[in-house]
Amino acid sequence: MPIDKNQVKKVAKLSRISLEDNKIDSLSKDLDSILTFVEKLNELDTKEIKTLKSIADKTLEARNDIVDDGKIKDDILKNSPEKNEDFFIVPKVIE
Amino acid sequence: MVDLNNISLTEIVKLVKLKKVSSLELTNHYIKNIEKGKKLNCFITTCFDETIKKSKTFDAKKNYDSLLPGIPIAVKDLFCTKDVKTTAGSKILENFVPTYESTVTSNLWKEGAVLLGKLNCDEFAMGSSNETSFFGNVINPIEKDLVPGGSSGGSSSALAASFTPATIGTDTGGSIRQPASFTGTVGLKPTYGLCSRWGIVAFASSLDQAGPMTKNVEDCALMLEAISSYDKKDSTSINKKKENYSKNLNKNIKGMKIGIPKEYRVDNMPKEIEQLWSKGIDILKKSGVKIIDISLPHTKYALPTYYIVAPAEASSNLARYDGVKFGYRSNKGKNLIEMYENTRGEGFGDEVKRRVLIGTYVLSSGYYDAYYLKAQKVRKLIKKDFDNSFKKVDAILTPSTPSSAFKIGEKTSDPISMYLNDIFTVPVNLAGLPAISLPAGQDSKGRPLGLQLISNSLDEQRMLNIAFAIESEIKFKQNLNRWWE
Repeated sequence: MPIDKNQVKKVAKLSRISLEDNKIDSLSKDLDSILTFVEKLNELDTKEIKTLKSIADKTLEARNDIVDDGKIKDDILKNSPEKNEDFFIVPKVIE
Repeated sequence: MVDLNNISLTEIVKLVKLKKVSSLELTNHYIKNIEKGKKLNCFITTCFDETIKKSKTFDAKKNYDSLLPGIPIAVKDLFCTKDVKTTAGSKILENFVPTYESTVTSNLWKEGAVLLGKLNCDEFAMGSSNETSFFGNVINPIEKDLVPGGSSGGSSSALAASFTPATIGTDTGGSIRQPASFTGTVGLKPTYGLCSRWGIVAFASSLDQAGPMTKNVEDCALMLEAISSYDKKDSTSINKKKENYSKNLNKNIKGMKIGIPKEYRVDNMPKEIEQLWSKGIDILKKSGVKIIDISLPHTKYALPTYYIVAPAEASSNLARYDGVKFGYRSNKGKNLIEMYENTRGEGFGDEVKRRVLIGTYVLSSGYYDAYYLKAQKVRKLIKKDFDNSFKKVDAILTPSTPSSAFKIGEKTSDPISMYLNDIFTVPVNLAGLPAISLPAGQDSKGRPLGLQLISNSLDEQRMLNIAFAIESEIKFKQNLNRWWE
């Protein structure tokens, strides 16, 4: 059994996702069956295999460090659920 | 007047250029179809007023030099469209209106197309049946209780029902090819990097690719030509000159070598799919193609690899949905952390939560090497299998899916049985290769079945040519009686 209920709660905390108590059981079951499924990879000996770094067959291009999309403050703020003229507003962080 | 529902995009383009039909007439035709087809739940958003306006502008100027002159087109709701709501099928983006346009859709508009609306899809493209969408499941026009496939299920269904003459989807593990196969349409997943990912809601960045979904192979070549481009804004975009896929399309495949991988003969595969595969092989033989048995020995590890890599990338990509900069915000929670947790708990659906949790788990301290690094190594082995094969063959022929379209609700209770649907499509994404699904027959219940061609990186032209040759021999015909109207 790769994962139990307490681990699911811990991973949910790391993922910043609140879970309803009545869903934790079925979710743990699902995650456990998915992890059991992917553990099939343990059949393979991969000690000598190099890790795949990128699927794109190219080296990343460098570009000049020039701002080319400035002056879009209004666009960036437009979809925020709470904002003022210049800032995103979030619940109080420091008491 | 011809029946616009029964002709291809290529033929529609010809009619426009011959001035037999105007952009506005086309738009009105599709709007009528869409309004009579609400039952299928293909659309999340329509923007008909804008479509009509843009069609009228086109008709006034009549620039016929472009690939898609005045053609109305609906796209998957994963592409950001400026000033038109883009939801990715999620509650968390229910009211998101992008202030910019994805590169792939702006390529369509540059070629003269006009936007009809945004098509339903699985939430964040995570699903194989379009049942994970916050906006409800989509119905397959083939039969009223069948799924259209997923995640581009709104796209496949809308195309098969002629709500749009062609469309685009995205394919991370089969999300274009599987729904195409389930609806009797053509779907192509390009080489990783051929189409820009800029402005597409990200799921798993090393696997995601946009691609065309069309009624035939010729249309597919035309649409691929329109959407592919080098884009500085996507660091993985391939810098090469644009191809004329439609102009160079031909059926001359004599002397080519096609591989048949033995690992794709899976247990419990329906006889009808075996027969369809044999039929494809026979057609190729008759066209002068040499059939070669090949082996892709790590095929059985593709799905387990995918279900580590894709959730890992998704958990990182979806970290941005925190209720601060855009998207839904929960009003519950005493502090910032609780606001994050409630926003994501309320905003994401079950499948998305499962994948973010799996992804976070396999990337977390103590598990990273055993899961994520291991998967990246196996991914290399899978890619090597293909590299070795393409030393011997020009393309690979397989079935597209292990079954025809299944019933709504049939696989929702067991995530693994849903994942198994992508068994033939996932290896291609892991290796970054192009593949196409084309309709090749029907099962005894009249549900369409597809064949898949896989080719080497950037070998789309040859792949399209082989598909074109198979298509012209198979003569697949689908007559839908438009029961939903």
